[in-house]
Amino acid sequence: MKRKLEISELIFKIISYTLLTMFALCCLYPFVYAVSASISGRSAVEYGSVVLFPKDVQFDAFAQMFKDNMFWNAYSNTLFLTLYGTLWSMFTAILGAYALSKRRLLFRKFFNFFLVFTMWFSAGIVPQYLNYLATRDVFSAVGIDDDKWLVVIAMGMAAMNIILLRNAFEGVPSEIEEAAIVDGATEMQVLSTVYIPMSKSTIATVALFFAISRWNGYFWARQMISNGNEHPLQVFIRLRLEQYTDPEAIAGWNASYAADSVIYALIVCSIVPILIIYPFIQKYFAKGTNVGGVKE
Amino acid sequence: MKVRTADFLEFDQEARVYRISPEQAVRDDVEKHYWRHVGVTIMKDWRLYLMLVPMILVFLFWRYFPMYELLGCFKVSNDVLPVSQQLFSGFSYFKRLLVGGDQLSTDFWRAMRNTFILSFYGLCFGFPIPIILALFFNEIRSNAARSVYQVLTYLPKFMSTVVMTSLVTMLVKQGSLTTGMGIINQALSGLGIISADVANAGLLNNPSFFRAIYQISGIWESAGYDSIVFFAAIIAISPTSYEAAQIDGADKMAQMRYVVLPSILSTIVIMLITRIGSLLNIGYEKVLLLYNTNTYVTADVVSTFANRQGMGGNAATGIASAAEMMNNVVGMLLVIGANTIARKASNTSLY
Repeated sequence: MKRKLEISELIFKIISYTLLTMFALCCLYPFVYAVSASISGRSAVEYGSVVLFPKDVQFDAFAQMFKDNMFWNAYSNTLFLTLYGTLWSMFTAILGAYALSKRRLLFRKFFNFFLVFTMWFSAGIVPQYLNYLATRDVFSAVGIDDDKWLVVIAMGMAAMNIILLRNAFEGVPSEIEEAAIVDGATEMQVLSTVYIPMSKSTIATVALFFAISRWNGYFWARQMISNGNEHPLQVFIRLRLEQYTDPEAIAGWNASYAADSVIYALIVCSIVPILIIYPFIQKYFAKGTNVGGVKE
Repeated sequence: MKVRTADFLEFDQEARVYRISPEQAVRDDVEKHYWRHVGVTIMKDWRLYLMLVPMILVFLFWRYFPMYELLGCFKVSNDVLPVSQQLFSGFSYFKRLLVGGDQLSTDFWRAMRNTFILSFYGLCFGFPIPIILALFFNEIRSNAARSVYQVLTYLPKFMSTVVMTSLVTMLVKQGSLTTGMGIINQALSGLGIISADVANAGLLNNPSFFRAIYQISGIWESAGYDSIVFFAAIIAISPTSYEAAQIDGADKMAQMRYVVLPSILSTIVIMLITRIGSLLNIGYEKVLLLYNTNTYVTADVVSTFANRQGMGGNAATGIASAAEMMNNVVGMLLVIGANTIARKASNTSLY
């Protein structure tokens, strides 16, 4: 009896370790390959002899990219969109979620439905596009001609994130709020000195979600930002990919590195900053997956 | 509730007439001046309501106004006029798409079918794998080793869609053995799984590989990350449950069946609802970045179909809106349906 148990445990353990190791290596391999291909020599990349480790190491692909002003421009545009976009999203989300968390709010049910309905039904790409064109006109009528501000203000509102925040605020004990009010705190003071410090970890998680969606934003940035100098990194990478995988566009390629190496170098450069900050944000990342809006 | 006359009328003994009772008079007053009460409450508490304003405006402008634009699917499309001034054309665009009998209608049905197939495969393969991964993670007793495995499997989640698709594109790129063919093409043709011609043409240019590439890259990207929530549910199971099962002679499979599975069932149901809810909402961005004219047969989904119809040079916004409308309505019915079934079946529901 005992033996049979141990054997089944052991078999399962062996299977777990084997399959997990295989899966983890599969997850890792493309990154290792990308790094190797970005620093390998031209013929090694083109003849496909780079499999795992780099061959004929060169750093010219990186050097060429770092010399490219467009690259740094795209990076700074991404930082701009991420920073201001996250600030704006957090501003609207925190204020809205705070108001929604109050039981005394009139039409609370209606406002909640107003949010949740956007999770059930979204208009789709083309109506959104038409709407952006219309709001762009409104923006330029009030003097904001810069497309990136429209992207900052219009994009990246997620009902789910607001519901996460609302639930966190609802969890704050009302006695603390009452104590603050007795001490003469105004509504804004209650929010900034009681609610925000008491739900710090949820706020960090939500800010992280907003920041990631801003950092990764591609489609609307490409559709809405007409000025090529204002394109964020994601659009820049895609445009380079389209250019460098077109056999005609690279027909006369005569650099010491392969055209592919440039793309791989770009990919590496866009992942590295995230890997650097990953250890610091990991715990918030894992927390956020505990589904927020769940009611049992 | 039965309403009795005595609830709102009372008999005045002296004047021998019925009068409206004082309570009812208050109730009538509240009803008559309901909006005034609302106004007074809001004025007294204006700071709280002011806080709602930015959020409401953003959702109104960029979530609800597009829904109004979507009504263009019932109008005669005329880009010069705003939707409000266009003529009502009824269901002509819907008819055109559904039973038009021409190329457009064929393309629409193809896109609809592809949407369902891609999301159905996503559900079949993408949903169980994170659960299995979480079970495997649970087997690793050493915390350090488990962290290493987890970090490695979460890694792809930190790429944006663009970077992920760029990497995929490069790995299966067209070319010959001397002009940088993708490493995966090389491997597959080296193993004899695909012919040299197919490898040279590039897997993304071949419609029969699109679905596999889409699903495998999806699993690669998010299976590890999606397993977090299941793993959290599994480690929350008390060790005494396993011990009790072991004393009853349950081997590993029996423990899975009678201890682990029931404990994480509610998590599975919630994740399944979320998944079904976004079934038709499949990542158009990923499809847009991976497909090309050669692979429309298997890759074109409703969003990308609408995107091509409504945003190109000669935009047909009415047709595009009609296509999106059908996609969205089916999607919404799926969310509400999945939620209702889950609530009835297991008392677990989102929203």
